[in-house]
Amino acid sequence: MRLACLALLLSVAASLALAFELEESRSYPGTGPGHLRILSTADVDVFEPIIHAFQARHAVSITYDVASSAQVMIALYDEGAEYDLAISSAMDLQTKLANDGLAQTYSSDATALLPPWAKWRDQIFAFTQEPAVLVLNAAAFEALAVPTNREGLIALLRDHPEAFDGRIGTYDVRVSGAGYLFATQDSRNTESFWRMTEVMGRLNTQLFCCSSDMIDAVASGRLLLAYNVLGSYARARLADTPGVLVVEMDDFVSVMLRTALIPQTAKAPEAAGLMIDFLANMRLRPELVAQTGLPPVVSASGEDKGVIRPIRLGPGLLVFLDRMRRDTFLRSWVSSIKQD
Amino acid sequence: MSRAGPPVSIRRRLVVQLALVAALLSVAFFFSLRVVAEGATEATQDNILAASATSIADAVYTDAGVVRVEIPYSALSMLGTVSEDRVFYRVIVNGETLTGYDDLPVPEGRRSRNQPLFATYGYRDDTFRAVVVSRALSVANQPRRVQVVVAQTRLGLAAISSRITTTATAIGVAFFLTATALSTLAAQNALSPLSRLAEAVARRGPKDLRPVTAETPTELAPLVGGLNGFIARLSAALTRSEDLIVEAAHRVRTPLATVRTQAEVMHLQMEKPHNRQALRQMIRAVDESSRSAGQLLDHAMVTLRSDQLETEEIDPGDLLRDAISRLSPTADLKDIAITLDLPQEALRVQGDPILLQNAVRNILDNAIKYSPADTEITVRLVPGPPCRLQVCDQGRGFAAEDIARLPDRFSRGTNVDDVIGSGLGLTIVRDVAQAHGGALEIGANPEGGGACVSLVLPSY
Amino acid sequence: MRFLLVEDNADLARALTGRFAVEGHVVDHATCLGDAELATRTVAYDMILLDIMLPDGDGREFLRRHRAQDDPTPVIVLTARSEVSDRVGLLDLGADDYITKPFDFAELEARARAVMRRLGGSADNKKEFAGLIFDSNAGTITTGGRSERLRNREMRLLEVFFAAPGQIFSKSHLMDRLFSFSDDVSENAIEVYVGRLRRKLGETQAHIETVRGLGYRMVKRE
Repeated sequence: MRLACLALLLSVAASLALAFELEESRSYPGTGPGHLRILSTADVDVFEPIIHAFQARHAVSITYDVASSAQVMIALYDEGAEYDLAISSAMDLQTKLANDGLAQTYSSDATALLPPWAKWRDQIFAFTQEPAVLVLNAAAFEALAVPTNREGLIALLRDHPEAFDGRIGTYDVRVSGAGYLFATQDSRNTESFWRMTEVMGRLNTQLFCCSSDMIDAVASGRLLLAYNVLGSYARARLADTPGVLVVEMDDFVSVMLRTALIPQTAKAPEAAGLMIDFLANMRLRPELVAQTGLPPVVSASGEDKGVIRPIRLGPGLLVFLDRMRRDTFLRSWVSSIKQD
Repeated sequence: MSRAGPPVSIRRRLVVQLALVAALLSVAFFFSLRVVAEGATEATQDNILAASATSIADAVYTDAGVVRVEIPYSALSMLGTVSEDRVFYRVIVNGETLTGYDDLPVPEGRRSRNQPLFATYGYRDDTFRAVVVSRALSVANQPRRVQVVVAQTRLGLAAISSRITTTATAIGVAFFLTATALSTLAAQNALSPLSRLAEAVARRGPKDLRPVTAETPTELAPLVGGLNGFIARLSAALTRSEDLIVEAAHRVRTPLATVRTQAEVMHLQMEKPHNRQALRQMIRAVDESSRSAGQLLDHAMVTLRSDQLETEEIDPGDLLRDAISRLSPTADLKDIAITLDLPQEALRVQGDPILLQNAVRNILDNAIKYSPADTEITVRLVPGPPCRLQVCDQGRGFAAEDIARLPDRFSRGTNVDDVIGSGLGLTIVRDVAQAHGGALEIGANPEGGGACVSLVLPSY
Repeated sequence: MRFLLVEDNADLARALTGRFAVEGHVVDHATCLGDAELATRTVAYDMILLDIMLPDGDGREFLRRHRAQDDPTPVIVLTARSEVSDRVGLLDLGADDYITKPFDFAELEARARAVMRRLGGSADNKKEFAGLIFDSNAGTITTGGRSERLRNREMRLLEVFFAAPGQIFSKSHLMDRLFSFSDDVSENAIEVYVGRLRRKLGETQAHIETVRGLGYRMVKRE
């Protein structure tokens, strides 16, 4: 099941003209003129309510293409694919797009109301804040103490190697942009990151491309524990997925911002701007928040408050995109997580 | 040919000059504030850039003979703390790009060893401030030269600069306005003694020749001194000439009166026609010279007063009544009847009463003089505006060719050699009329053979 | 009439006194203000002729004091000054009239008469001859309750005859009284005025008689 998402990836009919790979593409014809093309890392199911709500107000047609954050980067950075809006949870890659001049500047009343940490250069706009959480199989943890921090997690894994061997999941950071972002932020935030990775490596940790797969695996009991899962996905699944526990660590919680930007190649930047305004005002639509499970940006929550560590937009994110730094990081990570 | 320019206001000149100085200071302040502040912000950016590049250079290491770099998180994140500027970096080892942006230019120029070198250049459609930091590295005993370039756009700098510009402009404008307002006040204040002095002098009547005693600052003392000296000299000169005129008149007129009276007495006693004739000629000569002298003096007085009219509101009817009452004894001697014709409504003219009385009396005197006995003189006030003070007689009238030149000095009609006259009477009338914005009109009397002379005055 | 002449110039004063005497007037002469004030306190004058420039002061001072004392005696100022500057001041100070030196005696007399007339005059202005009453101030002749107004020259002519009824006056003498020296008229002009006066006198007892070769005289009609 390692790299399970690759199968899904290949199953999607990608446009032949494009070298980058789409996971899914869906069209939502509108009643009016205009065509907004979105390239996004968010699943169609998650984003569809937003599209419908947006079209109820603006009659444009929308094409919604889903790709991994790495493919989004390839599409926009290397191939100059023509999209009007890029939505990604990979803040570092979005930052690189903006830094390297591939994003358009946009400002409106709605973006002006965004807290300063939720936007960068008026080019990247955050509309969700999603914590990385620990997802546990409830049944398995009836007998075990639920870990509340990373030291606790390491101790738990060390104490019960037989129980957890092969039943731990985390992002394959080589494939998943969000996973890489979380991992690098972990490495910055705690000394125990590498120890934990080594412990997880000794226990034959399974690697995943996507949060939803990990949640599925935990729910089914194939995994007892999944680390650094997108909390929004996990919470969204709690209702229809019994037997899953979601734990926010109390040493620190990385909070990722899902961001949108208008690529330089955009053909319909006005429509894209309308969508950005719509996303920036999501907090005013509780029903949409409930439908998507995406926690909207709220001004106060972006501040550093003890354990909550929002990932900051800005040039710092470029550091782990440095090819040598990434190379070093991945080599260390691979050697830790794979100890065959 | 030099021409005097328009009058210059000291106050305006003072205010303008002070305002210019204030403007100059404001501009100088504005620029120096900007230069200093922008230098400071640029230095700040440079310092952060250098720190960033240095921390990257410090993170360069060799691993099994391979040069590697692990860029510290803080190296780039520190550049994002203040502003949202774009950041580019490049690590070069012996000319080969190790990591970062291959196309990022390296600042060039002379520099002391191991000191960061800064440059500003265009890159990716933006202006960048860049730094290069060099470091020597030894790999397998081979010296390697590591260069770290860090470049950042100047958005934050521009924002700060625009804030500074706004502040500097606001302060500069505020300074300028305050300084200008203060200098206006100061000029007003400094010049108020001058205005007071000017007012004090201007308020004076034409005959007020007292020295100026208004309080004045020391700078004006020479002016006031000069003015007072001038006033004193003028006053002395006027008094002297007035005294002289009075004295001369007295000295001349009294003996003339003696001669005339004696001649009259003798004339009464003489029986022989040729003696009587001689005495009559003598008396006429006396009359002629005294009348000329009188009119010359009157003319001088009129000229003097015309320069400084002491005007007041006058009823022109009063002027006529007055002249008639003064001259009717003379007219009576020749059985000349004077009728006065005044309009119903009251009229008003603005003028110098003494000059106007003199003018009216001259006209009437002329009419009596040139009228034969047993005739009538009609004095009429014709309401205007302008109103006419008209005297019509039944005398011999004016010859048409004389009318234009009669008011000239010493010019007399061609038909009046037998009557004593100096030729100054109408000149006086004309001068008075002109001083009051009016005119002298001479014409034939439509109701008889004589003449009509009118003093035309603006009325209301 | 009795005049007070206040004049410091002795020659002029003498000449004027002589001239007044010709007309039958009495003139007292004061050479300074002090004398003048002394004179006005002791004698009642019909008229004061006042010079302005006097050795012991300004004639205007005298005028001011004179008016302050409510003295009704009329004053005519004899001035040597310019008309323009002096006139108002003199009249304001209470002069009844003024005349500029040198002057025609006839004009002075006329002005004096005008002043007297304005002030009401006195009883001795009325003279009577042969039932004809002549008021030289009012310029009227009255006989049997019937009044006739005389013109200026007629009146002056009648005055001559009334001064000495029955006396013969030559034409030249009469002309001197009637015409000024600037009037160049022939002696026959006097006949015009005599003629007019005769018409005004009409059928009264007073008659102007022509004395052939000598002149005229006023006689009572037989």
